[in-house]
Amino acid sequence: MNNKGVDKSKRQFLTSALTVVGAVGSGYLAVPFLAQMQPSVKAMAAGAPVEVDISKMEVGQLIRVAWRGKPVWVLNRTPEVIQTLKTLDAELRDPLSNDSEQPASSKNPVRSLKPEIFVAVGLCTHLGCSPTFRPEVAPVDLGEKWKGGFFCPCHGSWFDLAGRVYRGVPAPTNLEIPPYRYASETRIIIGEAAEEKNA
Amino acid sequence: MKPTRLSECGNWVLDRFPVTKFWNDHMTHYYAPKNFNIWYFFGSLALLVLVNQIITGILLTMNYKPDAKLAFDSVEYIMRDVPWGWLVRYMHSTGASAFFIVIYLHMFRALLYGSFKHPRELIWIFGMLLFVALMAEAFMGYLLPWGQMSFWGAQVIISLFSAIPVIGDDLSLWIRGDYVIADATLNRFFAFHVIAVPLVLVMLVFMHLVALHEVGSNNPDGIEIKASKDPWGHPVDGIPFHPYYTVKDLVGVGVFLLFFATVIFYMPEVGGYFLEHANFIPADPMKTPEHIAPVWYFTPFYSILRAIPDKFAGVIGMGGSIVVLFLIPWLDRCKVKSIRYRGGIFKKALFLFVVSFLALGYLGTQPVTPLATTMARLFTTIYFGFFLLMPIFTRWEKTKPVPRRLTKDHSLEEQLHALEEQLPALIEEITELKPVSTEIGHPAFKSTFFNRRPNPKGIAHVISRLAIKLKGSLD
Repeated sequence: MNNKGVDKSKRQFLTSALTVVGAVGSGYLAVPFLAQMQPSVKAMAAGAPVEVDISKMEVGQLIRVAWRGKPVWVLNRTPEVIQTLKTLDAELRDPLSNDSEQPASSKNPVRSLKPEIFVAVGLCTHLGCSPTFRPEVAPVDLGEKWKGGFFCPCHGSWFDLAGRVYRGVPAPTNLEIPPYRYASETRIIIGEAAEEKNA
Repeated sequence: MKPTRLSECGNWVLDRFPVTKFWNDHMTHYYAPKNFNIWYFFGSLALLVLVNQIITGILLTMNYKPDAKLAFDSVEYIMRDVPWGWLVRYMHSTGASAFFIVIYLHMFRALLYGSFKHPRELIWIFGMLLFVALMAEAFMGYLLPWGQMSFWGAQVIISLFSAIPVIGDDLSLWIRGDYVIADATLNRFFAFHVIAVPLVLVMLVFMHLVALHEVGSNNPDGIEIKASKDPWGHPVDGIPFHPYYTVKDLVGVGVFLLFFATVIFYMPEVGGYFLEHANFIPADPMKTPEHIAPVWYFTPFYSILRAIPDKFAGVIGMGGSIVVLFLIPWLDRCKVKSIRYRGGIFKKALFLFVVSFLALGYLGTQPVTPLATTMARLFTTIYFGFFLLMPIFTRWEKTKPVPRRLTKDHSLEEQLHALEEQLPALIEEITELKPVSTEIGHPAFKSTFFNRRPNPKGIAHVISRLAIKLKGSLD
């Protein structure tokens, strides 16, 4: 090939310019391709609040309801459990829930609107398994230190009956508390935030 | 000879499409070392399993429905109502486990004989990429039956991505396509499992083989056969791949299929290891099974994740355990390739690594207990110790002299013959004759018999000899 009289810098410029234009074009095309894997409008809309009737709940009972496809627990805590919760602070990673997710109205030591009724998203904050409800004290498989709580069978995380995580387990934060409010004394709406108390 | 119509027709194609050249370059004129042993079957077996997975996979898609409402039932439909559906499904599910068995042995072979070393680093890198792609393929395939293990396994693995700082939550949301594992997740995993990842796998296999045929195969002696060539330019210690190794590999295929068929026909679930029991229950987003464990081939890495008591560090540890494998060609500073001529320190380190890998694999199938966690932490330390201390201990290694030409292995017949000669003496040593007098019958016919009974002293002798020999082989 005869390269005489070729303006090499011009050739280089055209090559670079074409490469840049091509790269920008590919970048623009990548946006819709990648974005179409985001949740669809339908998936985003499917987050309607769920109503739970707690009038028939016995003391110590736990019920599970589905909200946005996730398990949500409603637990009726016994007075003894509430007493025990006050003694655990030293063993917990985040006893006051400073680094955990919950509505402001549930940011208290028992992590609920009413001390006895506990509502939480039943998914471990480690890798999303649903922990098992183990209210008994010091069972054989969990040992002497177990004061009743939630045990994640996947990776062995410990939570107390206020969903607060123990030290030295894989889960980083306390269980998530969803927004919820009382429609009446016996009905809870999960998915709607509680109104701030009027002063 | 006058060309016939047929050969003319053949030549017309060959002038335009170089089939013969390709065949010669990669089969009849590809010279492979003549001393391949049993460890060299697993490459061709991996190819066989890949073909099995592709064919049975295509057949399965003809009846499977990638829909959260229909998926579980469509798998049961395949198992019960589709003619021979059970066979195709079991071939596919057993094939997945067989793939990992074959690949793990194939990778261990590379560790034994230094097949990842100069000039074969790229073959190892392509192989590792294949391994990662295979893990992705297996993971996404496991979601498709939409059983309890499918659902919660995917929940855990996708949550791994949420541990990444800043972008983690958005990334896992993007992967799932919903706020929880849902129909959208199942549908996209189906697309990846059936078309995207298989294409990547086939492409990587092609690159793996191109790289291999460029530099040539390693061998159990770990020396380059291209270093000594005959006057025609062929390696003196090489033999054409076809027909020598095609025929040899066929024997390997036969033995493999024997095991494969046994599993398919007699124990397709392998006691819950190949197909986990909890996966025969439809997915329930409300309830995690009491004991969840990944399929056996992921358990070593899963154990490492569980052993580390911090979310982000656990994910880093798990990812790191795979990333270090990519780096071995540069971590291993020893010039000698084959374990036959390497120092005792490497043999012992490799032994410890294999033990810790198997132990981590076992622990990953077990529930979490304080003892199991402590053990998993110990073995995780050994696992990483093997790789991270490698640059140090491979430098101190006292290697043996490496031969210039391939050494001759004793053939199986010769070994059997030698064993046959030693056997009577061995039996004599581990047993003793004890007199037994009969109590029954007429006293006049009373006689004493000799019964052969195990001799504890002799057995102890043989075991201690074996132990000394084993220790000697590790030096």
